[in-house]
Amino acid sequence: MRIVANYKHYKELNEEIFQAVQAGVAELTLEDVNGQRFIADCLKGKLNIDIYGTPGNDLGMFMDGPTVTVFGNAQDGVGNTMSSGKIIIHGDGRDILGHSMRGGKIFVRGDVGYRVGIHMKTYKSNVPIIVAGGRAGDFLGEYMAGGIIIVLGIHNRAKKAEILGDWVATGQHGGAIYVRGDVDESKLGNGASQFRVTADDEITIKKVLKEYCQVFGLDLEGLLDAEFTKIAPLSHRPYAALYTCE
Amino acid sequence: MEMYSSVPEFRVDIDRQACRLCKRCIENCSFGALEWRDNKVKAFNDRCVACQRCVSMCPEDAIALRRTPSVMSAHPIWTENARRDVFTQSRTGAILLASTGNELHEQVIFDNLLLDACQVTNPAIDPLREPIELRTYIGRKPRFVELEELGDSLRLNTKLSPALKLEIPIMIAQMSYGAISVEAHEALARAAVMRGTTMGSGEGGLHKKLYPYADHIIVQVASGRFGVHPAYLEAGAAVEIKIGQGAKPGIGGHLPGTKITDEISETRMIPIGADAISPAPHHDIYSIEDLAQLVNALKEATRYKKPVLVKIAAVHNVAAICSGICRAGADAIVIDGFRAGTGATPKVIRDNVGIPVELALASVDQRLREEGIRNETSIIASGTIRNSGDVAKAIALGADAVKIGTAALIALGCTVCKRCYTGKCAWGIATQDPELRSRLDPVEGAQRVSNLLLAWSIELKEILGAAGINSIESLRGNRDRLRGYGLDHTTLEILGVQPAGS
Repeated sequence: MRIVANYKHYKELNEEIFQAVQAGVAELTLEDVNGQRFIADCLKGKLNIDIYGTPGNDLGMFMDGPTVTVFGNAQDGVGNTMSSGKIIIHGDGRDILGHSMRGGKIFVRGDVGYRVGIHMKTYKSNVPIIVAGGRAGDFLGEYMAGGIIIVLGIHNRAKKAEILGDWVATGQHGGAIYVRGDVDESKLGNGASQFRVTADDEITIKKVLKEYCQVFGLDLEGLLDAEFTKIAPLSHRPYAALYTCE
Repeated sequence: MEMYSSVPEFRVDIDRQACRLCKRCIENCSFGALEWRDNKVKAFNDRCVACQRCVSMCPEDAIALRRTPSVMSAHPIWTENARRDVFTQSRTGAILLASTGNELHEQVIFDNLLLDACQVTNPAIDPLREPIELRTYIGRKPRFVELEELGDSLRLNTKLSPALKLEIPIMIAQMSYGAISVEAHEALARAAVMRGTTMGSGEGGLHKKLYPYADHIIVQVASGRFGVHPAYLEAGAAVEIKIGQGAKPGIGGHLPGTKITDEISETRMIPIGADAISPAPHHDIYSIEDLAQLVNALKEATRYKKPVLVKIAAVHNVAAICSGICRAGADAIVIDGFRAGTGATPKVIRDNVGIPVELALASVDQRLREEGIRNETSIIASGTIRNSGDVAKAIALGADAVKIGTAALIALGCTVCKRCYTGKCAWGIATQDPELRSRLDPVEGAQRVSNLLLAWSIELKEILGAAGINSIESLRGNRDRLRGYGLDHTTLEILGVQPAGS
């Protein structure tokens, strides 16, 4: 089913999408999307939503299952507090992408903004994954409690910019960030450290990037032909010694 | 270095004549203050927290707890508590943790407010003979309603916003599963169902046992987003965004990994043993515009069927902040005063940050009225509601309803020993220990909380009847029915209340 968003208010557009999904539509194409917020918010089940244009903030928030593909750039809050499913962005993502994400995947071909992957979680088999093809802004993976973030540094539009911003993984107490290439120690916030990539890590990276490359039609071998750096927490209980009773 | 360490606060006196050595006290003491030594019960006074468990479990009434007779030399400024805290921190170099509410400020403005009653010139109403309405709707109210006559009936043409329908203007506050046991959670939820009101999930998600009561549960979305998923949002009667709480304004929360048991791990959806860290702010909310975005995201997620509440701590600029929250689309604002309780907070924050709920409430109500937007949001007050008198006064100051936390826990058996943060609650409330939890029967507990709510409801009707009012709606923001006694001019001005006698 095809819906032309154009200048529709997000309420109207999302109601149309909701009604279509209720009616059993599993394939949706949204055209001329002009910054409408909350698209696919809290949608569940097996659905494919293709978006042409620029979806607004909180795309796929609380989402649990669907696959959303954006043929363009996305704005802030992609996959905010998302439970499961997949969001594919052929352009750039912006700030707070994957905030408090608890499962599913977000694949971005280009750059991502500030505060990406803050407080991502993990629970048993629910391991959220973010892959950014370009660079990531400041505060990446702050308070990260679980999940996987991979930053590749390819398709880097601002070629001069460094692959990571400042204050990476401050307060991290779970999960891992893999960066293709070296990481300057000064980029890391308190609580996280750099580690050598283990054989297990390599298996994880390869598995995730294989799917990423299939989605964007990229060469897996070329991507893997580089040293990755792992950023992981120093402790799962970073603030254990902060408090006293009597 | 040898140093004097502070004297124990309490002394356990055991009547050796009466004690029949059944050891029940030892089994019941979760703080390790009683042990079996040399064929008798030995007390370790420094571990006693005066939780009263041993006293009430002793079949012979052989135990009495006393304040320690050993005193430090008195000083009006360097109180024993002040000295005790310095001892502790000089030993540990760490932030002092505390439970329950503010202990530093003893004045409660509610106690300086007096309610009105009718005498001669207008009749009082006897609630035993005439109906008095306590039903309360929480949510956005329309500025006006449009009715159309259809023959004998009327049709409402105004589209109403979703609202919570409460039989009483008293709700049970947000306390998380993790801070309290699932048995305590269940007792509160059952009580909410019994009395036609709501309880709060707190920020730790909702245990699967609680889902059958979810239409009486306000599910919370806090900065940690623990246990927030579509089924959770869809189950609740309403959704509450927690920005802050009165016992720790501006502070995040760290539920220590040692408390993340199997079931808490499942409910919060985080690994067993890892700290559950709630960041100080929501990292997707740095402005009123961002708050509006989360409010709208939650309304979209729940298809505009549920009210969205926003809870904040009462801080200095509370009136302007609430104006923003109202304009951000919140259907109700929960204002948590600086005396509000908690399972764990830094003591320095608990005792020194925030303002009394009475002043916050009055100034917010006033501000929203002046801006002509008071109908667009409900106001819920919490933090020191100890009895039905406090409920009536809060409503007269401008609240639509109140929330109770500590009072509900006391109804469950809490004795306010102030040791929630230890996780050793001897009454099965603030603990995850299976043995301790088994001491709290959710059904019995629910009945006690329900009794409390019923008693307060009857008293509220008495208060309203005495004032010649037959509906709680007519007391709302009716500050003319309050007088201040022993309050200074400025405080009275902020409260919008006349001094007694005027």
